[in-house]
Amino acid sequence: MTLLAGSAVVADLAAREPKCYSKDVNDWFCLDYVRDRSDEIQQATTTHLQITVTAVLLGLALAFPLALLARRLPRLEALVLGLSTFVYTIPSLALLPLLVPLTGLTKTTVVIGLGLYCLTILVRAMLDGLRSVPDEVRESATGMGFGRTRLLLRVELPLALPVLMAGLRVATVSTVALTTIGTVVSEGGLGKLIADGKSTEFNAELMTGAVLCVLLALVLDVVLVLAQRGLTPWTRRVRTA
Amino acid sequence: MSDVFSYLFDSASWSGPGGLSEQLVQQLLLSVTALVAALAVGLPIALWLGHLGRFGFLAINVSNIGRAVPTFALLALLARFSWPGSGEFGPYGRAGLATLVALLFFALPPIITQAYVGMREVPADIREAARGMGMSGPQQFWRVELPLALPLVLSGARLALVQVWATATIAALVGGPGLGNVIRLGFANVDRRSEGIAGALLVAAVALVLELLAASAQRAADPVPRDPGRRGGRDLSPIASTVAPAAATDS
Repeated sequence: MTLLAGSAVVADLAAREPKCYSKDVNDWFCLDYVRDRSDEIQQATTTHLQITVTAVLLGLALAFPLALLARRLPRLEALVLGLSTFVYTIPSLALLPLLVPLTGLTKTTVVIGLGLYCLTILVRAMLDGLRSVPDEVRESATGMGFGRTRLLLRVELPLALPVLMAGLRVATVSTVALTTIGTVVSEGGLGKLIADGKSTEFNAELMTGAVLCVLLALVLDVVLVLAQRGLTPWTRRVRTA
Repeated sequence: MSDVFSYLFDSASWSGPGGLSEQLVQQLLLSVTALVAALAVGLPIALWLGHLGRFGFLAINVSNIGRAVPTFALLALLARFSWPGSGEFGPYGRAGLATLVALLFFALPPIITQAYVGMREVPADIREAARGMGMSGPQQFWRVELPLALPLVLSGARLALVQVWATATIAALVGGPGLGNVIRLGFANVDRRSEGIAGALLVAAVALVLELLAASAQRAADPVPRDPGRRGGRDLSPIASTVAPAAATDS
């Protein structure tokens, strides 16, 4: 009797086509996997996006006052640049666990760590951008009666925008990639799929995580390019002239 | 913190298989090989395109896509594929070949962008003067453009070296070689935490040493002694150069 039931199960299994992500097939690209696990994938992508965007915004929020400070006090500039370069040499594999006693195994830990890495790129981009503003433009604005704040907000920042945005693009794209390392403190967004796919030899999961990471980076990069075009219409006019 | 230093200054932690010196040598070997390979692949393309002054947009954007590929994902994929796989690879250790290939791709973007931008930034009047003196294409390239572009080319290599070195630790996440193993084991284990911190300190310290060595090599190779206010002083610091070339390609 059991023999019969057993053979029925085997026949039943054979009749069904094995899914492309089953252990025996283990395809690299598998739409069934994406369909069946869409909840998990969506959640990982959302987390990834959240971490990346918050980290870049944090970096931007910190870089802005630091860059202004470094510009106002040239003696501080070397210190600010030196410190932010030093942060860059700390391997992410160590920086994230080091933050765990402070903020625990949370997204905050990853956001702080990645924000610090962004800071390095963004402070320099901000300083380079402000430095790219021609002196005569600054002088004529002052001559027209612009005060320091108005000069900064209405003249210098807009003109610094192309260089700043270039830095922001590099920072964003690298942060998307680096977010995967968050998996060492169990918050890696898509990095979780990659790590899990690697350790359980689940090819479709690994490949899907990797491909989505690249796509996310490219989408964010395109968004930034479009934002820059919208924010600096004068650069476009010059190019076509 | 005293645990960290007692671990770092204990000769027992440096010796033997899996010891600090073995991991350090493996990671240095990996970083330098990946850098040399990336220079061999990236420089001819970037310099030639820079000389032609065409297709630069393409070269730089393709290499920027490289930036978007997470090294962790690439490593995990390469180690899973049947080639390069996660086998032992000579002195490079387990998953050595996969790590090398991943780091090679990681090193390409800064090398290609910097070299291309360096070539394009040779002033047009100098190019024209060279042509006016009757120099042929190759002569212009070897005797005028390349020497003038060299500081930026080297700053790309310097940036790539430091980044590759720091990133090589990630290899430990896929069972690869290098100091990442010390860091990972340390942080995975509550009572070995100080070892993890020691590993991180070691990686950061070597990164600074590499940075200083590369900076002095760069200064030595500069054909034109520069005054500090101009490009060549502060502007050639590694991180600034990630930003500057991107800006140059967008404008």
